[in-house]
Amino acid sequence: MNDSRPKIGVYVCHCGINIGSVVDVPAVIEYVKTLPGVEIAREYTYMCSDPGQNLVKDDIRNEGLNRVIVASCSPRMHEPTFRKTLKEAGLNPYFLEMANIREQDSWVHEDHAAATKKAKQLVEAAVAKASVLEALEEKEVDVIPSCLVIGAGIAGIQSALDIADAGYKVYVVEKTPSVGGHMSQLDKTFPTLDCSACILTPKMVDVANHPNIELMTYSQVEEVTGFVGNFKAKIRKRARYVDFDKCTGCGICAENCRLAGKIPSEFDENIGKRGAVYLPFPQAVPAKYTIDPERCLQLSKGKCGKEGPACAEACTAGAINFEQEDEIVEIDCGTIIVATGYDVFDASRKPEYGWTGNDNIITGLEFERLVSASGPTGGKPLLGRDKKGEGGYLPKKVAFIHCVGSRDESVGNEYCSRVCCMYLAKQAHLIRDKLPEAEITVFYMDVRAFGKGFEEFYDRVRREGVQYVRGNPSEIYKKSPDPEDHTVVVKVEDTLTATPMDYECDLVVLGVGLEPRKDVREIIDLFKLSQSTDGFFLEAHPKLRPVDTASDGIFLAGCCQGPKDIPDTVAQAKGAASSALILIASGRVKVEAQVSFVTSSECRGCGFCVEVCPFGAIELVDENRMGNIVQVALVNEALCKGCGSCAAACLSGAIQPRSFKDEQILPQIAVLGVRT
Amino acid sequence: MSEEFEPNIVAFLCNWCSYAGADLAGTSRMHYLPNIKIIRVMCSGRVNPLFLVNALQQGADGVLISGCHPGDCHYLEGNFFARRRFMLAKKLLEQIGVDPGRVNMSWVSASEGAKFKDVIDETVAKAKAAGPMEQFRRRQINW
Repeated sequence: MNDSRPKIGVYVCHCGINIGSVVDVPAVIEYVKTLPGVEIAREYTYMCSDPGQNLVKDDIRNEGLNRVIVASCSPRMHEPTFRKTLKEAGLNPYFLEMANIREQDSWVHEDHAAATKKAKQLVEAAVAKASVLEALEEKEVDVIPSCLVIGAGIAGIQSALDIADAGYKVYVVEKTPSVGGHMSQLDKTFPTLDCSACILTPKMVDVANHPNIELMTYSQVEEVTGFVGNFKAKIRKRARYVDFDKCTGCGICAENCRLAGKIPSEFDENIGKRGAVYLPFPQAVPAKYTIDPERCLQLSKGKCGKEGPACAEACTAGAINFEQEDEIVEIDCGTIIVATGYDVFDASRKPEYGWTGNDNIITGLEFERLVSASGPTGGKPLLGRDKKGEGGYLPKKVAFIHCVGSRDESVGNEYCSRVCCMYLAKQAHLIRDKLPEAEITVFYMDVRAFGKGFEEFYDRVRREGVQYVRGNPSEIYKKSPDPEDHTVVVKVEDTLTATPMDYECDLVVLGVGLEPRKDVREIIDLFKLSQSTDGFFLEAHPKLRPVDTASDGIFLAGCCQGPKDIPDTVAQAKGAASSALILIASGRVKVEAQVSFVTSSECRGCGFCVEVCPFGAIELVDENRMGNIVQVALVNEALCKGCGSCAAACLSGAIQPRSFKDEQILPQIAVLGVRT
Repeated sequence: MSEEFEPNIVAFLCNWCSYAGADLAGTSRMHYLPNIKIIRVMCSGRVNPLFLVNALQQGADGVLISGCHPGDCHYLEGNFFARRRFMLAKKLLEQIGVDPGRVNMSWVSASEGAKFKDVIDETVAKAKAAGPMEQFRRRQINW
């Protein structure tokens, strides 16, 4: 292959009518033919199709092309496709340059003449750059055959189990003391009414016992370095103040805790109570107790009772250890799956719905705990219990409210949370089941019963005597200040009959939506993830790469990527596991070929590039210049990610990122800078 | 200023955020002015201030650098370097008489197609107000 004299082939794609209906493709071809170095210029309906790619291959083989320009969609879309085409025809894949005349031309400009003129210029700039492109060598590195899974809700659990079952090592890091996530808080699941705990707990146990899984609960990832195939993570295992190996999970400590039954339980959405030493819920995995350092008297005040901590005295295994300290663990892994989940919408942000301070206006998640057999009321929807958890009444009229914090621009959430319609239908069914006499009304904007079995379930619930009223309440409030009067008024307009109504009931369930976690920023900073406009993590492509991120080797699973129900979460978790397994099982991965290099004879050893390199990929080394030892920069290609910050800092132009060298960008500027 | 004057703007967009944001504007079929010509770089930190000067010398009426939001850089901190260099370059260009409206920088993420459109419309309007770039033009160089 002779690349001394550029022989350029230009291929302009019509993309059906996506480009062709706006840009005058034949005119672009005519113009391109006049440019220096262009041997062939062709147009085709779909360049990415087989016949399209064959056009390129044939010309490389028969006409001896050594540079290829495809003017079509974004290089972010099809650069890998056409690189492969070049490679298959025996040409170095880095002799490809793309002109983006779809996303950045035909789709955004209405003026056909101007779009055509711009397309000509964009192709001309590509020709200018192509002439000075160089062949690059693709390097491969080994992939450490393991995966780090962040978050042990159903998404993280499923991903971890799939990879572990395939025979590879998995590290699971969970922030809370137990695995299980939000799913473990749910009572039944729609539309099949499977008991959530029944289907989840076996998986929770598997994750803890699997020989290939190292489970770290009550732990957090503090730092991640490295690159695809070779990540290093620093994990902080927070002190539980309970010896993990000695604790038998008997629970005597919790019974004896001086604060037993006095601290609101996070797991029970603050409806139930726990002690300072606690197990979040009876089926928690691992079944090891944890002391809450902020609430424990001994740890926060240094003194617990006159006789010292009762828990330590009661524990027959001698597992309580107030001296325990956080432990830092470092691991190496080849891939990472982020499955950090979601937070439910904070109902206090809709003050007009009266959630704050009214114990019979509750969120959907609170309702789950209220009706769960393992919940604080033993599954009876008892409201208004006293401080000891006794007494209370059963509601007679129940209202469910759709779209609280979803599809609501006033709280900044334009999106649909996808689960609320169905979980409210399920909760209406549960109330019907437990309180056959109750009057149940659901206030909705729309009912979106889109999944498998959803519409059938929604129909069933309506047949069970649940009223659906189309209307979005404007206000929900307590009718009277009398503590004995539990009546709540839902002010709403039935928009199908245009009837304003004050609906009186004694339990309101707010169908709160799903939001990005409040600590989402920490996770973004750790893994350099991007967010979509809704605040959830951004996937690499909305349709074709839904579990990948912009960082190679890091995948997404579950609600951290966007609201989804359990079946969708499990499907995505399996997808993420399979994507990680592709890397792990193949054992090798291509690393960035477009890295920086130093022309050492031009380097003066100032070290500016060393200072700006975000990855510590550059160092100064000694070089013997005709007997004089001088310092010059040297790039570690395994660490370099090709950002090019070094080149912008370099005073002499000695360090340059391949494919984005000064002498490759300046010709583009020379073409595009000219006003036509 | 003649009414037909349509400024020509050279934009340097980082691959991960702003270029993707520009692609999203396309996928979402948001219409903006065709005066902008985009050069893809891997990181806004790659943009040597010389590129801006060079573009203006070639006759561009405005330049734009756009990268990831501060803190979101795919390369950790490239956009901070870009910002510092840009501020210096802008000051320098202003001192030698270049209208500051010609020299622009913005943060556009991969999900901000609508913002990208707004940035372009604003950049074009500023360059239009500054009029055709006639200062220190040099002969077109044949690379």
